[in-house]
Amino acid sequence: MKIKLKIWRQEDSKSKGRFVRYALDSITPEMSFLEMLDVLNEQLISSGDIPVAFDHDCREGICGTCSLFINGRAHGPDRLVTTCQLHMRRFNDGDTIVIEPFRSKAFPVIKDLVVDRSSFDRIQQSGGYISINTSGNTQDANAIAIPKADADRSFEAATCIGCGACVAACKNASAMLFVSAKVSQYALLPQGKVEAKNRVKNMVAQMDLEGFGNCSNTGACEIECPKGISLENIARMNREYLFG
Amino acid sequence: MALSGLFLVVFLLQHFIINFSSVVSPTTFNQWSHFMGYNVLVQFVLQPILIFGVVFHFVMGFVLEIQNRKSRRISYAQFKGNKNAPWVSRNMIWSGGVVLFFLILHFIDFWIPELNHKYIEGSMFHAELSDPSRYYSELVHKFESLLRVCVYVAAFVFLAMHIYHGFSSAFQSLGMKKKHKRSLLFFTQAFAIIIPLGFCFIALYHHLVSIHTIVPHA
Amino acid sequence: MGLEINTAKKTSIKLSSKVPQGKLSDKWTTHKSRIRLVSPANKRNIDIIVVGTGLAGGSAAATLAELGYNVKAFCFQDSARRAHSIAAQGGINAAKNYVGDGDSVYRLFYDTIKGGDYRSREANVYRLAEVSSNIIDQCVAQGVPFARDYGGLLDNRSFGGVQVSRTFYAKGQTGQQLQLGCYSALNRQIARGKVKMYSRHEMMDLVLINGKARGIIARDLVTGQLQRHGAHAVVIASGGYGNVFYLSTNAMGSNVSAGWKIYKKGAFFANPCFTQIHPTCIPVSGTYQSKLTLMSESLRNDGRIWVPKSIQDAKMIRENQLAPTDVPEEQRDYFLERRYPAFGNLVPRDVASRAAKERCDAGYGVNITGDAVFLDFHSAIKRYGKEQAHLTGLDETNPEIYMDLGRKVIKSKYGNLFQMYEKIVDQNPYYTPMKIYPAVHYTMGGVWVDYNLMTTIDGCFCIGEANFSDHGANRLGASALMQGLADGYFVLPYTIGDYLADDIRTGPISTDTKEFEEAEDQIKTQIDRFIKQKGSKSVDYFHKTLGRIIWDFCGMSRNEKGLKGAVQKIRNLREDFYKNVSVPGTSEQYNEELAKACRVADFLELGELMAIDALNRTESCGGHFREESQTKQGEALRDDENFMYVAAWEHTGDLQNPLLHKEELKFQEIEVKSRSYK
Repeated sequence: MKIKLKIWRQEDSKSKGRFVRYALDSITPEMSFLEMLDVLNEQLISSGDIPVAFDHDCREGICGTCSLFINGRAHGPDRLVTTCQLHMRRFNDGDTIVIEPFRSKAFPVIKDLVVDRSSFDRIQQSGGYISINTSGNTQDANAIAIPKADADRSFEAATCIGCGACVAACKNASAMLFVSAKVSQYALLPQGKVEAKNRVKNMVAQMDLEGFGNCSNTGACEIECPKGISLENIARMNREYLFG
Repeated sequence: MALSGLFLVVFLLQHFIINFSSVVSPTTFNQWSHFMGYNVLVQFVLQPILIFGVVFHFVMGFVLEIQNRKSRRISYAQFKGNKNAPWVSRNMIWSGGVVLFFLILHFIDFWIPELNHKYIEGSMFHAELSDPSRYYSELVHKFESLLRVCVYVAAFVFLAMHIYHGFSSAFQSLGMKKKHKRSLLFFTQAFAIIIPLGFCFIALYHHLVSIHTIVPHA
Repeated sequence: MGLEINTAKKTSIKLSSKVPQGKLSDKWTTHKSRIRLVSPANKRNIDIIVVGTGLAGGSAAATLAELGYNVKAFCFQDSARRAHSIAAQGGINAAKNYVGDGDSVYRLFYDTIKGGDYRSREANVYRLAEVSSNIIDQCVAQGVPFARDYGGLLDNRSFGGVQVSRTFYAKGQTGQQLQLGCYSALNRQIARGKVKMYSRHEMMDLVLINGKARGIIARDLVTGQLQRHGAHAVVIASGGYGNVFYLSTNAMGSNVSAGWKIYKKGAFFANPCFTQIHPTCIPVSGTYQSKLTLMSESLRNDGRIWVPKSIQDAKMIRENQLAPTDVPEEQRDYFLERRYPAFGNLVPRDVASRAAKERCDAGYGVNITGDAVFLDFHSAIKRYGKEQAHLTGLDETNPEIYMDLGRKVIKSKYGNLFQMYEKIVDQNPYYTPMKIYPAVHYTMGGVWVDYNLMTTIDGCFCIGEANFSDHGANRLGASALMQGLADGYFVLPYTIGDYLADDIRTGPISTDTKEFEEAEDQIKTQIDRFIKQKGSKSVDYFHKTLGRIIWDFCGMSRNEKGLKGAVQKIRNLREDFYKNVSVPGTSEQYNEELAKACRVADFLELGELMAIDALNRTESCGGHFREESQTKQGEALRDDENFMYVAAWEHTGDLQNPLLHKEELKFQEIEVKSRSYK
């Protein structure tokens, strides 16, 4: 396959970025998207250029490190996958692929396609936990029975990998899906109910402080979320926030 | 946004019912209109609340839109919003803007003459100056102009789009439960289509009435 | 060739395991009540550095902060949550016996020791089994959404190498849920100000003052700035070194550097040749490949592994002339069930991996490269489907109905794994068997630690996969998560106090000392060398070449000739690396190539030690299979008489001549048997 690339290059957080075009001609359909970028970087290095910086780590869709806005969509054209699980068979010979970083005021660019998502960490630090100590001297794990349906929904919410695709895809760069996933995970469990009210208040306050946009319920986040986190969680968070 | 929006939806429904009565019974329409226009509670309590609701809704709409735009400093070179969200949900500011523009026209059209009649000419405080049967004829008269009808119909299309997303969105913002989601979605979207369609029907009906004068003046 | 193993004449005093006296089951309790404590008022004056924020590092940092110490936590990832523990799929073991199938602390201990082929330290393993139950209690209290049954209680499943169901799980992403649990505990401490978090920071070296670990040099990966951090103790929790193979199931950034740096500062490195090759991974498909993907071992609960009986069929399958579903039942060789009837498809990982390799080497492999076997869910789909049809009163004889129902059951159990497989391979495993092949997954070897988890450097501790202690020569499934959290939540926080009790009057550690300066200068020199040198080959070239050498000669099966050759090849490659590696960019910026170069430099040194260790151990045990040491049936043959020890290597200043120390393993309450799963 021959592929043309248009990639956002930016020296560091302070510089102005721009698009640079590249061409690759030895791409195979079995390659993953990031392996295609590896090939590009090998080429750049061998010609003495600076390789394109992009975030990636586990390359199996679970760590949430990889990002990339590919051809106008977070994590590319496929549904329910992260960029590292996207394969070149999804593209056609001769395609031009536009690659941009996830864009949000709360995700400043570090270099090229690498962004700083520490705002997500700070939101979690503002209340994304259950305040128990780590002594292990808690009650027996089976002391509280939890209805399977609640446990399953809590788990569904907890599958969020914190990649930021929801923010990237949202026209308002809102982080509601991310925050609501954490709020929901705990709100659905008896262990988390104790602090539910403060948790949602603090996490939402921190989210606003970080400069994320407002939710206008377009639903783009749910569609682009690689883990399929449901909008239902946002409704639940709203409920917790308003009536908690 | 959600609360003011829901309030406006309720107002819209009320407005629709009264207007629709003009099609069914001009007399009822005149009675209801007169009640709404001269009842002290409606005029001095509900009306200010409504005005506040409208102003709050669009001012907040603009404020949020500005905030949202600021939350992404550099916009994407390529952004395929249509792949993951319907047009109406992504363009509330535009559908809302058109509706707001229409509201201004509507004010000039109906409300300013009303104010003039009530407060400059003084019918509000001098019952002898007010004609409790003037509303229907005024209404029909307004829709004689095809241009006005077209503007109104166009505005209703935008209103429909605005409510199509906004009405259900309000419930989502208020924390709608999953078990209610389907029925609420059905209800709100049906509402968003039926009510503006009804308004269009009313406008067209009176336009036809005015040019054929099939129905005598009440 | 100068490859004499340099063995220490007498047991080093440093190699005292400090295992407490007494009955095995009382050791930990007695030890905990006898070791020294640091009072809350004094804890406030003590700083601890934790490198790595996975299950071990994250839970340790959170707990130490909870206790009152000042913690600085470091990770190279952009967030503490993304440490590679997050990728663990299958589950976590605990001796809860909720199922009531006869499980107990002793059985978990016994299975782990046996699974590790009697090459782990008995007392450590017993302690691990003992605290395992607390982990589950702790995690549930933290809001970890484990799988539950309809009664609302926790569900269990079984895993390879054992005959009870003791594995707790959260669908196919137990690691992520546990990792998020300890990340939340960590966040709570960050919010309290007790943990200072340094993400996108890499530990570059350990700083010793008067022989004690007193801090680290870290590099901010965003700005490239070198930083000095002082502390009273340093905890290394940086995970395993599986990436020495280049292709592994580890994350791209996983590295040995922290462990290697402390090795070069005096910590002994134990059993580096003990690496685990996981049997159920997606096979390699091309040379560009950067990463191998693991399919959870839990799949072996329901999947049956086979290759065709006839070599002709295998050939036709490879050439796409025969569909696997068209191979009749009697023409399939379910080789694990055939060879190991008692455990069948659930034999331990090393056994399953070797059996697959044996079939593929014999020419029965089923994908284009010849290195793959089938993992087939057809029987399970049929079995579950019939069960469901019976339950719901549908037609049990109509294959369309019951197969459909069966697929639904399989989907509820392994949905995300099946989806992952389909995304990568573009084949639907509900309808055609998966293809799998072993891949490097975990490293049992690591930094040597005593019972208190302290290395041979005073004040330098090592926990989780980075240390060597609990899994011997082979790790059982669902035990890595258990060890990481046990070390971090329940062991280290106690034992570190015993060491720190001496430090309550030390006061803050200054970083304005010549030791810090020297360490920093040394790193600067190395970095400058990489940047200035205008080589012609990329870092990845060297990493891939190294990986190939290790995989070929120090992988699933090893022999003397190959290993000797590998040592030489690695030395040559290392020389080439320092002459010809090309690192573009500068050191004062975000520069991934530079970070990679520093890591690969360490892998190039570790690789040699792995081969030397494998060369020294002429027996076969666990994941280490020496071709010279096998039974007539091709099973691994242990040599307890000569190798019942932990090989702890000391850096002598000369990479080619590490010094071997032996920690003899004594089993007090377990009878050492040959490991049979037949």
